[in-house]
Amino acid sequence: MKSAISQQRFNRDGEPQTYLNNGHGLRSWFLTKDHKRIAMLYLVSVAFFFAVGGIYALLIRINLLAPNGLFESDTYNRIFTTHGIIMVFFFLVPAVPAVLGNFLLPIMIGAKDLAFPKINLLSWYLYIFGAAFTVIAVIAGGVDTGWTFYTPYSSTYSNSNVLLAGVGIFIVGFSSILTGLNFIVTVHTMRAPGLTWFRLPLFVWANYATSLVIMLSTPVLAITVSLLAIERVAHVGIFDPAIGGDPVLFQHMFWFYSHPAVYIMVLPAMGVISELIANMSKKNVFGYKLVAMSSLAIGVFGFLVWGHHLFVSTQSVYLGIIFSFLSFAVAIPSAIKVFNWTATLFKGSISYDAPMLYGLGFIGLFLIGGMTGLFVAAVGLDVHLTDTYFVIAHFHYVMVGGSLMGFLGGMHLWWPKMTGRMYPEAWARAAMVIQFVGFNLTFFPQFILGYLGMPRRYATYPPEFQVLHIFSTAGATILAIGMAITICYLIWSLKKGQRATPNPWGAAGLEWMTTSPPPTENFYETPVVTWEAYDFTVVRPEDVTGMAAE
Amino acid sequence: MSNKVKSDEHSSAHGHGGRHPRLVHHFDSMEQQNEAGNFGMWWFLLTEIMFFGGMFTAYTVYRHMYFDAFAAASGALDIRWGAFNTVVLITSSLTMALGVYHAQMGNNKKLTMFLLLTVLLGGVFLGVKYIEYSAKFTEHIFPAASNFQWPPYEKPVAGHAETQQLADPVFTGHVKIYFFLYFVLTGFHATHMIIGMGILLVLAWQSWKGKFSKEYHSYIELFGLYWHFVDIVWIFLFPLLYLVDRHL
Repeated sequence: MKSAISQQRFNRDGEPQTYLNNGHGLRSWFLTKDHKRIAMLYLVSVAFFFAVGGIYALLIRINLLAPNGLFESDTYNRIFTTHGIIMVFFFLVPAVPAVLGNFLLPIMIGAKDLAFPKINLLSWYLYIFGAAFTVIAVIAGGVDTGWTFYTPYSSTYSNSNVLLAGVGIFIVGFSSILTGLNFIVTVHTMRAPGLTWFRLPLFVWANYATSLVIMLSTPVLAITVSLLAIERVAHVGIFDPAIGGDPVLFQHMFWFYSHPAVYIMVLPAMGVISELIANMSKKNVFGYKLVAMSSLAIGVFGFLVWGHHLFVSTQSVYLGIIFSFLSFAVAIPSAIKVFNWTATLFKGSISYDAPMLYGLGFIGLFLIGGMTGLFVAAVGLDVHLTDTYFVIAHFHYVMVGGSLMGFLGGMHLWWPKMTGRMYPEAWARAAMVIQFVGFNLTFFPQFILGYLGMPRRYATYPPEFQVLHIFSTAGATILAIGMAITICYLIWSLKKGQRATPNPWGAAGLEWMTTSPPPTENFYETPVVTWEAYDFTVVRPEDVTGMAAE
Repeated sequence: MSNKVKSDEHSSAHGHGGRHPRLVHHFDSMEQQNEAGNFGMWWFLLTEIMFFGGMFTAYTVYRHMYFDAFAAASGALDIRWGAFNTVVLITSSLTMALGVYHAQMGNNKKLTMFLLLTVLLGGVFLGVKYIEYSAKFTEHIFPAASNFQWPPYEKPVAGHAETQQLADPVFTGHVKIYFFLYFVLTGFHATHMIIGMGILLVLAWQSWKGKFSKEYHSYIELFGLYWHFVDIVWIFLFPLLYLVDRHL
């Protein structure tokens, strides 16, 4: 295969041909079928909702500065619900697959596009359409049930816009189903010649496993929300205890989606980390096959642990013990990943550029998040810890420390590929460190708060908790500053960043064998893969330096 | 798409002796394109199984909890209409399969005819469903109506004479759960049929206009899979809803 730099073609104006300059104007973006442009549409919308969800998070932290709270309790309920709904359904679920996956998956397997480009565009419109419903629900006064919509808060005793938010989530669910469908079909039918399953980058494996989980779990959320909506409208339903219905059945059905959804949020980020660690230490991932298979194992186990959210409900104690055991079991494939990433670093040629900092940050924070998961998976201990800040801290270590770190790490690694520009390295490292400090200051005190008995979703608390809450709010402020810095320099780099070579990191993978940014068709000649994943001997020096173009 | 993309297509087409006009740009061959469509459709049907699976799970839970109420409520359905509709739907699957056969043969006229026949049978099914639904309103067993009552208004219930006199509110509540599930299950099934019939009409129009051929008819095959799926859902619904504890 020829080096990317020697394949570069130029358009009539003498500019390099890229997907970005193949068509101009709004029409060329909003009606595009190019997976890379759709990824950019997703990036803008996902970033917007991340900012909105982040503002709501700050409102929560501001309220908790004083023991009596600054907002009315009812207002506070609506604030944390909005934060949860937006962050889960409109940021964490789509962030890595719909942005990075959409952009990279076809390129990584040497395809020209996803299998169904029109369906890909449709999935973005569904996302926006669903988001519109949710935004209207928020503007119309918000939802006060928590993002989990537990019955009967959301049915018999509901006094907020559950229906609108439910419709929004139903629609956005189809958006992720369509993305998952596209990924699965694309990986099965469109791999480049020679690209066997065990030559696929681990990011592709992770997104494949994620897609399986999305396809099998999201429809259950759709029907659960539908049944809830029908119950709201018709004033009769199967979750209504007045006629013999069981509100806890809602919890079972909800968590049958929402626990796997946790893996939908973290698995793709794990795929990003595999790429970061391998490329930033210039080594093949230790135990490649096990890491690939552990993604599938997490996907499968993820379906069998939902009952650990119901330890203190009417669920049978015996069932609780089984769910507890299965929840411990899911730690095994997660641990395999962490051990194998660490082993990959051993004797590697390690770079401490920003993507790697995020990668290392992920490993540390995910370790804490994962290990505290074992605390709450133990039935006895969970009776004490359930619905306290310990749980909040645990899943924020996984979701923010894991998924968000993975997403940001991936954004930095592939930013040159996506935009053709380098981000400013010093700023990025500084921002990462600020975020890391801010994050830990926000959430570590919450472990202690939870252990001491501070319940989640309360607007007020006893005065002795104030010091820890002030630490937490201070941390959230630092975290927000770190995020703002990242957003600023990334936008700055779009115009002012140094131009990127095809392979600025000297990384392995098909995406680094095409130009930065890639042309609309991704490759000028279909690549024929004769090497294993993470084989750094096929990296072309001229793609790294970009010198052959001169 | 701009000109340069088209020129790329042409240059890559020389290798395998010209591209089929229906082959979209990002696939290498019709086989690959059809395989992708087929595979995608099967995965879509899997999501449909999970969607209906949620309701079937709820059904299983409550049938287990309130078997007597489910058995009694099931007796209020008209088994003759249910059986008739089962035959209608299976026949519609046959006409759909014959349509796929004629699509493969490239016989557009017969394809159009069988597609329209399938729409017709779907219409018959929904007509019967309408008769059954309206009976629920007149018999006061529509669960969302304020006049819901058990036993039904002026309607003898097949079997289970011993449960008929049970007009106690707890039992009535359980019957209500049955009818709620009856309406959401058959309602979502009917919604799938209505969507399917809409697509069938479009396909029949396209077939009449000669869009499909021996080489290009994957939409017909894919839609056939969907239609058979909707049929199979009914094959489960019929015994689960109509035949709870009924004996010959």
